[in-house]
Amino acid sequence: MEFLIAPIIVALLASILALIISILDKHVNNYGDVEININKGKKVLNVKGGDKLLTTLSSEGVFIPSACGGRGTCGSCKCEISTDVGPILPTEKPYLSTEEINKNIRLACQIKVKKPLDIYIPEELFNAKEFSGIVEEINDLTYDIKEVIVSIGDESIDFVSGRYIQLVVPPYGKIKEYTQRAYSISSKPSEKNKVAMLIRLIPDGIATTWVHNYMKVGEKLKLIGPFGEFEKSDCNSTMVCIAGGSGMAPFKSMFHDMLEKGEIDREVWYFFGARTTKDLFLLKEFQEIEKKWPNFHFIPALSDSSPDEDWDGEKGLITDVLDKYLKTEIDPSKHREGFLCGSPGMIGACNNILNHNGIKDIFYDNFS
Amino acid sequence: MAPDINPLVLLFASIFTSNILLANFLGMCSFISISKDMDSANGLGMSVTAVLTITTAINWVVYRFILIPFDLLYLRFIVFIIIIAATVQVLEMVIDRFSPALYMALGIFLPLITVNCAILGVALFMEIRGYSFIQTLVFAFGSGLGWWLAIVALAAIQKKVLKAPVPEGLKGAGITLITIGFMAMAFIGFSGMLIVQ
Repeated sequence: MEFLIAPIIVALLASILALIISILDKHVNNYGDVEININKGKKVLNVKGGDKLLTTLSSEGVFIPSACGGRGTCGSCKCEISTDVGPILPTEKPYLSTEEINKNIRLACQIKVKKPLDIYIPEELFNAKEFSGIVEEINDLTYDIKEVIVSIGDESIDFVSGRYIQLVVPPYGKIKEYTQRAYSISSKPSEKNKVAMLIRLIPDGIATTWVHNYMKVGEKLKLIGPFGEFEKSDCNSTMVCIAGGSGMAPFKSMFHDMLEKGEIDREVWYFFGARTTKDLFLLKEFQEIEKKWPNFHFIPALSDSSPDEDWDGEKGLITDVLDKYLKTEIDPSKHREGFLCGSPGMIGACNNILNHNGIKDIFYDNFS
Repeated sequence: MAPDINPLVLLFASIFTSNILLANFLGMCSFISISKDMDSANGLGMSVTAVLTITTAINWVVYRFILIPFDLLYLRFIVFIIIIAATVQVLEMVIDRFSPALYMALGIFLPLITVNCAILGVALFMEIRGYSFIQTLVFAFGSGLGWWLAIVALAAIQKKVLKAPVPEGLKGAGITLITIGFMAMAFIGFSGMLIVQ
């Protein structure tokens, strides 16, 4: 019977330690029922304390965007906590600017719920939900951009054009963890039971590689959203919209929405920058919109077209084309607003051009 | 039988001549990754010292009164690791509850050092060298102080290095490893003074 001694002793030791930990967890880590007051009483949650704010909120159905899933490596789960929860932790510091620290912005994944909290989150986060979807279609738009249409079954999603959604990427290949990535919604708000996204392949990108090489029609996946602030303004200004690559997505949603709601008095200039004809897509779709909507002008421009390409549209850098139109075509006597979606470099450059031409109201959706 | 070493000598030896980090090269990963910022280096050093002293003491008791009587020495690795992990978990919960200030200073680093090899290393050294309880306590505490000293020194040097014209290819981990090499050489200079290992 001697061979039993070792397992018994190890088991005893382990269970004693486990017992101590679980007793401590029950008593020391027990902060009782705690009230979380969101946006001054808009929503009051009664929760059990002791867990991180991010996980506590999501178990109550309030989803704060988070790309890393609460490990404190992405810094996106920022929220304003007006109750004093102690000084900024070293794990939060790298993600918060001085301005944010002064505004009591904290990372929800690092703050433990120990006492009643007053927090403030953007109103629309109440609207964000987790959706279970099935991939309905995957369409190749160019050699590196796919349109993914996800059906969310009987559920319905309410959003304003310009919002984004978080796609939950399951573990695959060498990737062992769930990952979340944000994509603008390209379907229109009236299609309440589906969500479409335009996803461009980024070399070595975790989510884009999965979408391009692993995802299949019929696959089940989770989406969390909608999030974001990018949207068209409510006035009757001239909209100067500029997109590159998959930055097409929010505008596709926006223009279809406006067309459907009959807001076709509004003047819209839509510049789309690409390198060669290989990078262009959905041209027909926007030309169709142009026919139905006289004040809608679609200007695709190629920066790198070779002379033998069949292209009679604009040529040159999108910034140069934009500058030319702002100076010659787009009536400066009307109020003009800029809407940008694309890479940070493109947004920065176009922002300058808009500023130089006296456009001060600029809204953008940065990929970063 | 416990070796005949004065605990005071052992304390100095474990801080300087056989520094757990610079003479034995244990606990390297957190040493390199957390040494960029003085406050964090200090907090981490403090928590390593605390965890080392507490877990090694518990490990000595378990070793002396459970593993030896039942002749289970071959289980020491797994038993030591379980005890270290559990102790760190308990410490984190207790500190978080009862001392927010202490939690801020060292608590948040606790999960990082569960897997710090210096902690297991010290537990194994005390067993290999057959230290008595007092010697074990002193040795563990001294090793913690030695680790703390080394990481604070590295953080201070890194601050200077930041302003130095380091060749492009050596920036980051490269120059850090070279710095650690020089520090190790400096500490080896102590090694003739006291011999405990």
